Amino acid sequence: MSLLDWIVLLGTVVGIAGYGAWRTRHTDHLDTYLKGNRTTGWFTIGLSVAATQASTITYLSLPGQAYENGIAFIQNYFGLPLALILVCAVFLPIYRKLGVYTAYEYLGQRFDRKTRLLGAGVFLLQRGLQSGITIYAPAIILATVLGWRLDFIIIGIGLLAIIYTVTGGSAAVNLTQKWQMAVIFGGMITAFVILLGKLPDHAVAIAGAMGKLQAVDYNPDLKQRYTIWSGVLGGFFLSLSYFGTDQSQVQRYIGGAALREGRLGLMFNAVLKIPMQFFIVMLGALLFVFYQFQPDTPLVFNRAAWQQAAQGPHGAEFRTFEEKHAALHADKLAKIRTWADTRAGGNAAAETVARAELRQAQQASDSLRSQARDALQAAAPETRKTRDSDFVFVTFILTQLPHGVIGLLIAVMFASALSSKSSELNALGTTTTVDLWRNLRPLAAHDERRNVVVAKRFTAMWGLFAISFALFVSFAENLIEALNIVASIFYPTLLGIFIVAFFCKKVGGSAVFWAAIAAQLVVLAIFSAGKVWPAHEIGYLWLNPIGCAACVVFALGLQAVLPRKAAN
Amino acid sequence: MTPEPDDESPGVPGFRTWRGVYLFVLGCFILVVAALTWFSRHFA
Repeated sequence: MSLLDWIVLLGTVVGIAGYGAWRTRHTDHLDTYLKGNRTTGWFTIGLSVAATQASTITYLSLPGQAYENGIAFIQNYFGLPLALILVCAVFLPIYRKLGVYTAYEYLGQRFDRKTRLLGAGVFLLQRGLQSGITIYAPAIILATVLGWRLDFIIIGIGLLAIIYTVTGGSAAVNLTQKWQMAVIFGGMITAFVILLGKLPDHAVAIAGAMGKLQAVDYNPDLKQRYTIWSGVLGGFFLSLSYFGTDQSQVQRYIGGAALREGRLGLMFNAVLKIPMQFFIVMLGALLFVFYQFQPDTPLVFNRAAWQQAAQGPHGAEFRTFEEKHAALHADKLAKIRTWADTRAGGNAAAETVARAELRQAQQASDSLRSQARDALQAAAPETRKTRDSDFVFVTFILTQLPHGVIGLLIAVMFASALSSKSSELNALGTTTTVDLWRNLRPLAAHDERRNVVVAKRFTAMWGLFAISFALFVSFAENLIEALNIVASIFYPTLLGIFIVAFFCKKVGGSAVFWAAIAAQLVVLAIFSAGKVWPAHEIGYLWLNPIGCAACVVFALGLQAVLPRKAAN
Repeated sequence: MTPEPDDESPGVPGFRTWRGVYLFVLGCFILVVAALTWFSRHFA
């Protein structure tokens, strides 16, 4: 990174954080601190919702995933517009009408205190566990490629987010996210335009011929990871639980001048989310084409770890991999050119043969890449903490973009980390204040100024917890995947509780409380069975409709069976 | 906090009700999926 890159990076990242803290430094009204300014418009809410959902992993990992597996991942977002329509039509008007600060406060009004505490507890558990990972995951990649100290990056991101989130609460989060999204859009569009200028003719057709552009798959097989069916149905329930019941999202849209602003902000996301994700995965697919024509395309993109391992005791093995890769890469390039010639010649039969040969060459290349990664992980176990595909886009940024733009793209990574982190801290602090502290100490709720001070303290506490946890995670390499799984399997039940609350008016608090516990056990049983018998494992998106449906059915059953007094 | 009434008018040019906005969003979604299906069949 040059001086210009540093100026761009620090100017944007620290500048936006400082501006947010300075502009909202006098926030001492509880409503503004927890919900943002009452004048917030739909566009700011829409950007805030988008910024909260898209973390650094979206911009760093998704292009790499498309590079490796194609753009089928986009189907995961197919349920999102449908879920947002339901949130707009049902969830949001009720939250606004009751004037709640958190989604779980509504559960307290609809059911009882224990159901409210269950909802808030599930949220705090899953978001609290993930709070460290959302800092750690991008930090480890940036530390590896930039050669910076991991602990410095973790502490830097964490402290910046704490400073402005604690200072201005929701008002600061909304304000900074607007500018952070401007940096993110500006950086990603710049990278895309530069990439387009470096591509060969017919790049999209080449990506298609090499199997990277299968966006929609109508295969009804449940074991298939990404299909339109799992995307629409599983993605619908996942999005509904995330946007409708996760406080980090609910807090973004319940504020604003009127109900209309929140609704339009959500509809803005419903229309633009899939095209935006398409743009990001296409970036990955086109990066794949770009690297097919580069003579020095890396076999493994985590170059720092690879080069270090190549100088170790297994150096000969790594050099053999490099030689095989060079031969396969040249062979593949020749086959791409043969395919392009047959396509231009209009000979359909010859083109089909050339395409099949090209895919065979790609499979051989993929197989070698996989072997090389296994060898690297055996030689350097710390590389298991990251996926090699996460390094694809950042390698392109650092090696192909001009100075200044490099700083802008690194700023994109930091801005996205800060925007999702600040929403998370804001929601954790709010839920702890409203659903635990105020709920358990009702007399304290009357002193508004004291509430703001307490909310600031809880927000800072969660920020420090996230930093400490991220530093701890860096020493426990197998913890990340386990935590991600634990966090994601609680969503379906939480959604089930809210579906019962909104649509099953006769079901009482005790019935839904015990139904939620039973449904969670069902989800855990299905998940565990899939791990014990991998042949019967179903795609994780399917756990969302199953868990939600189990909670609703159990609640209706318990309400019918239990005596009225016990069920309520 | 003062509870507020539902605001029925979306205040978006061309739309009188929220139902119209939701139908528009649904139409956009169907159009995007159809376009992606065509894209997959054409290039993949």
